[in-house]
Amino acid sequence: MNQLTPNSSLMPNSSQMIVCDGNEAAARAVVLARPDVVSVFPITPQSSLVESLSQFVADGVLGAELINAEGEHSVLSALQGACLAGARTYTATSGPGLAFMFEPYVRTPGLRLPMVVSLVTRDMLSPQCVWGGQQDAMSVRECGWIQIYCEDVQEVLDTVVMAFKLAEHKDVLLPVNVCHDGNYLSYGVSRVEMPAAGLVDEFLGEAAVNWHIALDPARPMAVDPLTGGTGPGGAASFVGYRKSQVRAMANALRVFSDIHAEWGERFGRHWAPLVEEYRLDDADIAIVTIGSMTGAGKDAVDAARDRGEKVGLIKVKMYRPFPREAMVAALSKVKAAAIVDRSVSFAWECGPLHQDVMTALFASPARIPLVGCIGGLAGADITGEHFARVIAATFQAAGGDIPSSPVWLNEHD
Amino acid sequence: MTLRNVPDNMCPIATEYTTMLTGDWRALRPIVDRDRCVKCATCWLYCPVQCVVEKAAWFDFNYDFCKGCGICAEECPHRAIRMVEEAEG
Repeated sequence: MNQLTPNSSLMPNSSQMIVCDGNEAAARAVVLARPDVVSVFPITPQSSLVESLSQFVADGVLGAELINAEGEHSVLSALQGACLAGARTYTATSGPGLAFMFEPYVRTPGLRLPMVVSLVTRDMLSPQCVWGGQQDAMSVRECGWIQIYCEDVQEVLDTVVMAFKLAEHKDVLLPVNVCHDGNYLSYGVSRVEMPAAGLVDEFLGEAAVNWHIALDPARPMAVDPLTGGTGPGGAASFVGYRKSQVRAMANALRVFSDIHAEWGERFGRHWAPLVEEYRLDDADIAIVTIGSMTGAGKDAVDAARDRGEKVGLIKVKMYRPFPREAMVAALSKVKAAAIVDRSVSFAWECGPLHQDVMTALFASPARIPLVGCIGGLAGADITGEHFARVIAATFQAAGGDIPSSPVWLNEHD
Repeated sequence: MTLRNVPDNMCPIATEYTTMLTGDWRALRPIVDRDRCVKCATCWLYCPVQCVVEKAAWFDFNYDFCKGCGICAEECPHRAIRMVEEAEG
């Protein structure tokens, strides 16, 4: 366990209000979580996050071993080794950095390594772009990592801390991506309440090691030997590992809900762990949002309510595993819904979230018309005006006029 | 905290040395002509799976691991190795 250098301005003994952007909030959450090893490579729009971490290490505020690797493939490979040796680990990346990380990335969940990696989401090239969008994170939605999306800077800080507890829970033991939108959250500045370091220590406890694969000179072994194939027992053993991985993902829904409840009790902030329902109980229609667009979405809901229109909002926080029961329960309250994606599914001519919601609805009696909307690509803003159009299209869908292809919100901007 | 109570079937590890026999899929078998072999060790140097074994007066192969790639026969400066169809041999 790291010894922390006391620094009253950065590591208060009681909660403290600060002003910072989302990248710094994530870095400060990492300080609170006291990882043993942090490995980094800078990439827009994540760079200032790892610069903050480097500064905290240089200042003695963060007692972690900091590895400046030569690229993201090495970043994650180094963390895998550290994790196998029993360390609590963290890194952050974006877009092309995530792409370069892919080979060790897909191996991590199967090894059941409980690490936390922030994805500062960025639209995927090409076309060449450096701005926010969720295409990078959505591209890895089926790799077995837990994925959580944040709405604002405070939620980034709180969620990064909570993610360590989720990753290390014995019924989960999986890597977690905490996603925050590039530009809008990475550089968006707001007031943030820093929880007291001592209380976070109590909340998190010491790093939990997956002892089954922890490296130990007294117990020599090879990690990840050839498994599967057509030999005796090969198929059964591979299926066994996959099945337990899928079960751990399903467990994450319950565990994350419990962690949120405990966080609320200890720190007074009650975030919805899976999906948040906003002004939904008496709503006729709903808009479904994910990430930082949710703030503008809630404003648009308020404006619609002022006009006398019964509109609610459903915010997706946990995206992988997909909280299908919570989503269906929320959607069962309305007659139609719009799904606003900040990325595309190339296969389905809609957004990935839209695809998930359709799948969840198919298995339930609550089939309602859905309007697919895609906005905010490559840094584009999703404004109250855009949401007003979304709401109008959703009321039309409730009346039977359902668009057969996506509404591209920034098509004429 | 070390989670000593995690299930032992969580992910694959190997605590005993076992290996697949790469010779299982060999189609061509290298045969050494002992009269021609001068023990220059060129085959030993080139063998990608390091299955060349040294004998008293010639070099031979560990057929458990030889995949039959034929690099040894190609590289042998004394044409002391020929590749024979497994079905024939």
